[in-house]
Amino acid sequence: MSYIIKGRTCDYEVVIGLEVHCQVISNAKLFSGASAASGGTPNDHVAFIDAGFPGMLPVVNKFCVEQAVKTGLGLNAVINKESVFARKNYFYADLPQGYQISQFDKPIVGNGYLEIELEDGSTKKIGIERLHLEQDAGKSIHDMLPGKSCIDLNRSGVALMEIVSKPDMSSPYEAGAYLTKLRSIVRYLETCDGNMNEGSMRCDANVSVRPVGSTELRTRCEIKNVNSIRYLMQAIEYEANRHVDAYDNGEEIYQETRLFNAHKKETRSMRGKENANDYRYFPDPDLAFPLIVTDELLEKVKNSMPEMPDEKSKRFMADYKLSEDDAKRLVSEKSVAEYFEEAVKEKGSDAKKAAALILVELAAIMGEKQIENIRDLKTTASRLGRITALVEDGTIGLRIAKELLPMIEETDKDPETIIEEKGLKQVSDTKEIEKIIDKIIADNPKNVEEYKAGKEKLFGFFVGQAMKATQGKANPGIINNILKEKLK
Amino acid sequence: MADLTSLSIAELSKGFNNKEFSSTEVTKAYIENMEKGRKYNAFITETAEHALKQAQESDKRIVSGSRLSDLDGVPLGIKDLFCTEDIRTTAASRILENFIPPYESTVTSKLLQAGGVFIGKTNLDEFAMGGANLTSYFGQTINPVKRQDGTEVVTGGSSGGSAAAVAADMCAAATGTDTGGSIRQPAAFCGIVGIKPTYGRCSRYGIIAYASSLDQAGPMTKTVEDAAIMLEKMAGFDEFDSTSADIAVPYFKASLKNGVKGLKIGMPKEFLNNDLNSEIASAWQEGKEILEKAGAEVKEISLPNMKYALATYYIIAPAEASSNLARYDGVRFGLRVDGSSLDEMYENTRSAGFGAEVQRRIMIGTYVLSAGYYDAYYLKALNVRKLIRQDYINAFKEVDAILTPVAPTTAFTIEESKTFDPVTNYLQDAFTVPVNLAKLPAISVPVKTAANGLPIGLQLIGKDFDEETLFKGAYVLEQNNSWSRK
Repeated sequence: MSYIIKGRTCDYEVVIGLEVHCQVISNAKLFSGASAASGGTPNDHVAFIDAGFPGMLPVVNKFCVEQAVKTGLGLNAVINKESVFARKNYFYADLPQGYQISQFDKPIVGNGYLEIELEDGSTKKIGIERLHLEQDAGKSIHDMLPGKSCIDLNRSGVALMEIVSKPDMSSPYEAGAYLTKLRSIVRYLETCDGNMNEGSMRCDANVSVRPVGSTELRTRCEIKNVNSIRYLMQAIEYEANRHVDAYDNGEEIYQETRLFNAHKKETRSMRGKENANDYRYFPDPDLAFPLIVTDELLEKVKNSMPEMPDEKSKRFMADYKLSEDDAKRLVSEKSVAEYFEEAVKEKGSDAKKAAALILVELAAIMGEKQIENIRDLKTTASRLGRITALVEDGTIGLRIAKELLPMIEETDKDPETIIEEKGLKQVSDTKEIEKIIDKIIADNPKNVEEYKAGKEKLFGFFVGQAMKATQGKANPGIINNILKEKLK
Repeated sequence: MADLTSLSIAELSKGFNNKEFSSTEVTKAYIENMEKGRKYNAFITETAEHALKQAQESDKRIVSGSRLSDLDGVPLGIKDLFCTEDIRTTAASRILENFIPPYESTVTSKLLQAGGVFIGKTNLDEFAMGGANLTSYFGQTINPVKRQDGTEVVTGGSSGGSAAAVAADMCAAATGTDTGGSIRQPAAFCGIVGIKPTYGRCSRYGIIAYASSLDQAGPMTKTVEDAAIMLEKMAGFDEFDSTSADIAVPYFKASLKNGVKGLKIGMPKEFLNNDLNSEIASAWQEGKEILEKAGAEVKEISLPNMKYALATYYIIAPAEASSNLARYDGVRFGLRVDGSSLDEMYENTRSAGFGAEVQRRIMIGTYVLSAGYYDAYYLKALNVRKLIRQDYINAFKEVDAILTPVAPTTAFTIEESKTFDPVTNYLQDAFTVPVNLAKLPAISVPVKTAANGLPIGLQLIGKDFDEETLFKGAYVLEQNNSWSRK
């Protein structure tokens, strides 16, 4: 299943590494008590330190440190007991201190990995190089006042985790799967909300290509701020092909930063390496260093770790007898997994049916109505669980169960109410069904003859007719039994 | 009433308690002196009105017998590097010429809580970068103490305004900050007492940063006892400064007069060389004899890495400064000189806003942190810094405190300073900077008058957070020396 780009002179494989910035879920900023909430009136939640005022000093927010440790544990990574905050020096109008407090040679989290699932169902480990904490800059707005730039410092000082992968991905699909998995993990951990469209998760991709079988690392380009998984995959595909074309034409690839244009689906040069800043990193003397992760803190975070997706899917398979595929799909979004577990708590519910309704019917409704979060559906977990219970006890058939879902979305009524109002209860009265089947047999003598002559496929025709006649309310098991009897 | 201004904090406090005079009377006397002393240019901003209001509040407490501390009602000068809420704070720089902080530094707010009366913001070298108070945008400070022949000399720096204000009785005491000697050297040049406490003893919150890992606030006073009184009020853990120490502050005054009997005092042999000015050497000898007479045991020690201290300091301090001063960019506060692009605005603002010495140190600092130079300069300096501290730790296995000169000369004239190149200027700090690098406390106390009539100060260096020993030693030196302030 490997992803190969055919060049004129040889075949190429792609080498991809991702740098993902995750905004840490925290009430306060990384080094100040100001609110870390996004949006709001510009410059409304800014402490003096966030605006770089003279004499103001940073004090690390311990909760953000815990969040980073938690994320590190979720990435199976080494937690560095000692790490150092360093200043990354550069001038920009929305960088009030003239430096960003970040971590350089001693990040809080070291080597780790996560597992992605490939198209063929096999899994692949993608290495994590490091995770470090840093503060965000403010925002420059250049199009609000003519000839002037406006600065909003609400974001200035908000905690970010930069998660750097190893260059272990070799196709746009793998990059997409990595980012999806990473997002799922931080959402499970509640360390980042993972909303790429709001910018609380941002991704830069490092892309290079090399002849298949070679182990060299050729010059890479960094594609900045790709703000969706789909765009990431498109950007990598474009960029990899650009490299192959260049090498085919005997041209060189220069190390540079490029921006992805989502409309044109292409990348363009943003700035070359020759204009790169010399950031003059050095340990921040305002912060006691090193930053120590104590055994107590590590223990506390370990004890607060939620069940992660991989564990959860294994448990779903064991506890609910779900297929591996269903289990994995259910757990990929934390909200969906929680919804599922809530649904199957309903008395008499059925896990397999609940999984099927979620993964097929509700997924379709969400896609159609562009609903992001399953919790925004009118079909609550409780309603869904009750629907499966109604199927189990024979009150309705599976077909009616599926039809109920759009009706609930439409009316926000309980399934029991709709069944009552529309008379959707399954007919299990044998005599009534017998009457209907007798009529069908009488009306279709030719089909009866052919069936009896051995055309067994026609059995389905009779079932269909019976269901149609009962508007789907007849108990399929009873129909089957009666038909088999009568058509003998 | 003019003699009110010659009293120490301890004497003022006693007088307030006995209702001999009011804070308003004392404050008015100091204001009068401050106005008469404007020729010294010791203050950047005078806050007489503000001070009188505070004095009235103090007087209410004096009358009701509810004084907040020994400092209640005492007029203080505040180095213009401490942010004071609603009072202009300039760091003696054009770039902050009109900056009015909306917040109070921790040290000054502690002094306010102790009832201190703020009479004005004192002059300094721009951003505390300098050793003679010649780099202030608001002009140089003149030393109130002149040579016998009447020649005017510099105050030293960077806390030159504070030193001059205390020496000329324009305030009872003042705050200073010390990054490489900025409290101790001007104290020595002006004949007053100054202590740089252990790094972390006083909060740096709200003090405009020069070099964060070296900066430390301390008092500048007329007497050792006053320094003990004032430091106790300035010091203490502050959750808003991650580098402040969570260590209890002793009541320094209690042990002040306990003497030095049995104390072991070290004199580093590396400083006992031929280059040392003979008068400075004889003052050092006098200090040794005073301590010995009082029962201390003085012995020679070795601090082998001191010769690297200046070079180390002039890498670390500018490196931190180059980054600390990046925030003065014309965007949010302070001076802005427009340009046709953002970069041009930065260049125009910072070229106009910073003086030559500040620009020089920003450039040095930027250079030593640059890619390709970091390891050779900054990283090496950090490692040497550790060795320097280790020298002291080794010495403190044998002695309780170390006695050295404060400066290699007495105060020089402005004319003389013009013949110094920057390196000669930096050599002024040779005795003081190692202490900052090692983060140790050190007190500067005048002990002798030079032939030219100027004071010579000695320095006692102590163990981490052992300011108590320094006060004891300095008190002995003060009470038994040949120098007198007036």
